[in-house]
Amino acid sequence: MIKKLAGCIGEYKTATILTPLTVSLEVLMEVIIPLYMADLIDFGIDKGDMDFVIKTGLLLIVLCIMSLVFGVVSGSFAAKASAGFSKNLRHKMYYNVQNFSFANIDKFSTGSIITRLTTDVTNVQMAFQMIIRIAVRSPIMLIFSVIMAFRINTELSMIFVVAIPVLAIGLYVIMSHAHPIFKRVFKTYDKLNNVVQENLKGIRVVKSFVREDFENDKFREVSGSIYNDFTKAEKMISYNMPLMQLTVYSCMIAIAWFGARIIVLSGATILTTGQLMSLITYTMQILSSLMMVSMIIVMMTISKASAERICEILDEKSDITNCAEPVYEVKNGNVEFKNVRFSYSRNADKNVLDDINVSVKSGQTVGIVGGTGSSKSSFVQLIPRLYDATEGEVTVGGVNVKDYDLEVLRNSVAMVLQKNVLFSGTIKENLRWGNENATDEELIHACTLSQAHEFISSFPEGYDTYIEQGGTNVSGGQRQRLCIARALLKTPKVLILDDSTSAVDTKTDAFIRKAFAEEIPDVTKFIIAQRISSVMDADMILVMDDGKIAAAGKHDELMEKSEIYREVYLSQVKGDEDNE
Amino acid sequence: MSNNHTKKAQMPPRGMGRPPGMKLDKKVAKRLLSYFGNYKLRFAVVIICIIISALVGVLSSMFIGVVIDDFIAPLLLEANPSFEGLKMAILFMAVIFVVGALSSFIYNRAMMSISQRILKDIRDDMFAKMQTLPIRYFDTHTHGDILSHYTNDTDALRQMLAQSIPQIISSAMTLAAVFIAMVLTSVYLTIFVIAFVAFLLYITKLVTGRSGKYFVKQQASLGNINGYIEEMINGQKTIKVFCHEQKAKEGFDIKNEDLCNNATNANRYANILGPINNNLGHIQYVLIAIIGGLLAVNGIGGLTLGKISSFLLLSKSFVMPISQVSMQINMIVMAMAGAGRIFNLMDELPESYDGTVTLVNAKYDENGSLAECKERTGIWAWKRELPLGGTSFVKLEGDVRFENVDFEYTEGKPVLSDITLYAEPGQKVAFVGATGAGKTTITNLINRFYDIADGTITYDGINIKDIHKDDLRRSLGIVLQDVNLFTGTVMDNIRYGKLDATDEECIAAAKLANAHNFITMLPEGYNTMLSGDGSGLSQGQRQLISIARAAVADPPVMILDEATSSIDTRTEALVQRGMDGLMKGRTVFVIAHRLSTVRNSDVIMVLDHGKIIERGSHDDLIAKKGTYYKLYTGAFELE
Repeated sequence: MIKKLAGCIGEYKTATILTPLTVSLEVLMEVIIPLYMADLIDFGIDKGDMDFVIKTGLLLIVLCIMSLVFGVVSGSFAAKASAGFSKNLRHKMYYNVQNFSFANIDKFSTGSIITRLTTDVTNVQMAFQMIIRIAVRSPIMLIFSVIMAFRINTELSMIFVVAIPVLAIGLYVIMSHAHPIFKRVFKTYDKLNNVVQENLKGIRVVKSFVREDFENDKFREVSGSIYNDFTKAEKMISYNMPLMQLTVYSCMIAIAWFGARIIVLSGATILTTGQLMSLITYTMQILSSLMMVSMIIVMMTISKASAERICEILDEKSDITNCAEPVYEVKNGNVEFKNVRFSYSRNADKNVLDDINVSVKSGQTVGIVGGTGSSKSSFVQLIPRLYDATEGEVTVGGVNVKDYDLEVLRNSVAMVLQKNVLFSGTIKENLRWGNENATDEELIHACTLSQAHEFISSFPEGYDTYIEQGGTNVSGGQRQRLCIARALLKTPKVLILDDSTSAVDTKTDAFIRKAFAEEIPDVTKFIIAQRISSVMDADMILVMDDGKIAAAGKHDELMEKSEIYREVYLSQVKGDEDNE
Repeated sequence: MSNNHTKKAQMPPRGMGRPPGMKLDKKVAKRLLSYFGNYKLRFAVVIICIIISALVGVLSSMFIGVVIDDFIAPLLLEANPSFEGLKMAILFMAVIFVVGALSSFIYNRAMMSISQRILKDIRDDMFAKMQTLPIRYFDTHTHGDILSHYTNDTDALRQMLAQSIPQIISSAMTLAAVFIAMVLTSVYLTIFVIAFVAFLLYITKLVTGRSGKYFVKQQASLGNINGYIEEMINGQKTIKVFCHEQKAKEGFDIKNEDLCNNATNANRYANILGPINNNLGHIQYVLIAIIGGLLAVNGIGGLTLGKISSFLLLSKSFVMPISQVSMQINMIVMAMAGAGRIFNLMDELPESYDGTVTLVNAKYDENGSLAECKERTGIWAWKRELPLGGTSFVKLEGDVRFENVDFEYTEGKPVLSDITLYAEPGQKVAFVGATGAGKTTITNLINRFYDIADGTITYDGINIKDIHKDDLRRSLGIVLQDVNLFTGTVMDNIRYGKLDATDEECIAAAKLANAHNFITMLPEGYNTMLSGDGSGLSQGQRQLISIARAAVADPPVMILDEATSSIDTRTEALVQRGMDGLMKGRTVFVIAHRLSTVRNSDVIMVLDHGKIIERGSHDDLIAKKGTYYKLYTGAFELE
């Protein structure tokens, strides 16, 4: 995992290496400075030697400036390295996600991919900066300070041999008790978010059932358990500060007592008063670095989970890739399914599609009907190779879809998904997804076919109207027509509409189909629809049921031979029949 | 939610960005402080303990100086040094240190529990407030934005409450104590320290100003890229279908680069603040030594060498709290910005609950007139307090009338105009018309999700504005196209309609809604846990549960808003049967997708651009050969 993440350092390698290096130098300065400060007091101030004071003072100022420079440089390098690292990490993840197949996307769910790309990356970035800066700084500080302390006086420094393990064990005990509780807190946080989210989504339900108080109680319960857990965890943490203070104070008292004795009894030969003060400074440095180390360990365990989630994205391999020698041309719109079986996961005990055999000639219109869960969408998604058939083969233009270059195949097989998505940008920009270089005339032509031109023209800004994220500022029917136009701009050989006119009124729907028949007669069209009227005049209608093709044929044939078809038809036109 | 486009238009421009500048909003700070009000006593203890702990801190920094000056130096001169005095001093100090550690333990504990309590208070207040907000608020704010008040904003607040506030109090205390000690030791050197600290603060301000500026930028570009990621990943399948990966990557790289630049700058300035403060502190130390030395040698200001030593230590303690606080500034600014956003939500105007007419259980007394009673009788009455004292009761029947109602979501864009309609008790009223014609809006006006601009709506002869909103809504059942279920068991979800319903009542409602069969087939029947909005169930099954939920509430008026439109035709038949059971004997408003659903309504209203253009029974309208006729004969369904 670490190796994988480290790979993201990339061009920021220099900054990443220079950070700990300059940090070490800064720490070195910070350790040396108290030493000279002691001298300043001992041999300068106390002796009234101004020459010495000025000389040492100047030296100290130079050291301070060096330390300052190293500090500033290391801070800058750390910022550069960590921001760069997270940039590369995000880049690598995002690029890999772009290679994901539908199956990969399904596996993670969009929500989880988004959190991994956002929150998790931020967590890991923080941890990274911690590691190259503070995680280097604190242990070095600890070691340097201990060395310096021992150099001043070995006997007195033995205090640290006792103090360090005491503080370390104390911190360890506190952290190891607090950590699991914190983990639980994060879970409770998820619960709180869930309650808020459900409430937001169902606010109309809440209000119409007058359940505000009920919801309040529900929320208070969760926020209460957050309070309880958090208090529990922080109760543990609140031992930190007094523990630290007690250790520091004990050291100070011990140093003061034993130090004073040593100084007095030796007549200030073994230890000077200045050195005594330096020892106190080192005490602070040693113990606070220890505290930092313990905090870093906690931070790292928290970000470990994030790092793991990131690696899952990085490790995910797309299961749909180009073959070795792909075919770069789709000859025509013939589509054929030969003994196709399909399931979303290899170990599923039931196939989503079973024993599918269909042959469609270029230019034909195929209607597909069937209840929810009858695998209509799965069926058409095999054509542009959004998923791979588990068994059997799907061919377009006589060539197995697996043998095509993916981009070539998908450019020739245009598909309007059931979940239409428009992106923030102008209508023009959205349409040009279909064809980057489309002229305005081509845009208008496509929109005219999809019956979108009229309403677009009615907007004050026409084709330059800005579409909000998710296309929320146009109605469902308008969105669907824009999506169809976008697909048409690809000038595909096969066009698939997956329930893409459900929000379009019947009349307009009919116009769209008429335009298709007249303007793009050579394009093979697959139309999935709930409405029988949308598919009634198709060259072939497939009735899907439970992953199988229950019946196929023209409308009249199906009315005779397919009970399901007849049932659906009747349920939709019941009114008419009664009337006539 | 059919009028999404009109509602979204009035969304205020809202980014993830922090408000510009680094100024603290006094009002926000004051309001935040008011939350401490409930914990005055504890907070007082906290402050006292912080003061003690800070004083002990100051003493500790002077301790060694005292030991050196008062004990070591004189002892050095003695031939037979006695350590008794030192022992006493150290023991005395040890006691003080224990007191210091103890008080820091107490304030940490207390502050922690106060801040957690305050956070809970704020969260609870915020949620309770949110429940009272009008639907309009939820139309104009994205869920992500609202949710972030509960997560990011309260999180920032937590850090500030638990860390920054004690830090500031303690620092202020230390500063004051050290300042006094410094003045007592040497006035001249104090003046120098003040001058130097002013310089230090100036530099700090410069650096935090820069870092703050870039933090704001970083936050904005973070919001920007997160938004982009969200949009792209949500549309990932569309991207695949259009082979648009390359473009999606390019757009991402630009935003990523931008974030990287701002993050680098923001962190750079934040990172270098520590070293700058530290080392300037060191330099000050050296300068004091030099200046103090010169002053002492030249006999100015009565400085002795011992005094210089202790002053040096004091000066160090003076700079430390300043740099500690300056490190917290960014955190405080972020927290205050978050608090500001939270308070904004709390300041939103709630729905008005000013109606005085309430809904009560009723029964007929011996005179045959209605009277209020405690127990459930199945008879409900509207209770009205008469202005001259006394009460009057009107039986709840379900008679709903619109008289010349006008309505608009945004000013100047009327959605409904001059709507007049009568629905008599037990009647089934249907609305048909294209998307955006105003069908859903009409039903949203009955339960006062929105208030009308002009005209009146009456319910059993009472203006709905006079009815208390809770009671009004309790008398209306609603089944929406978008089903929302809550985490919990199937039984819990049905019981949502009537909290004190017994299991038997819930099951009876499920049977009425035609949901019983499939529920018993679920792995754990009625006890099956639903999570993620009932994601394990099909759309039709979820809809059936929501119908059962409405059924258990047993309201006299039902609103069915496109309840079956996202279900395939075969499943619809099942749901339809469930709804038929529910509709018996009630006033029902139906918005339907398929004309076959509305055929047997008593009245059908054809809406177009916010106006009723045709009304009548199915047969009337067919005979009229108008729009309805065209829709009916030209197509199987509408929209």
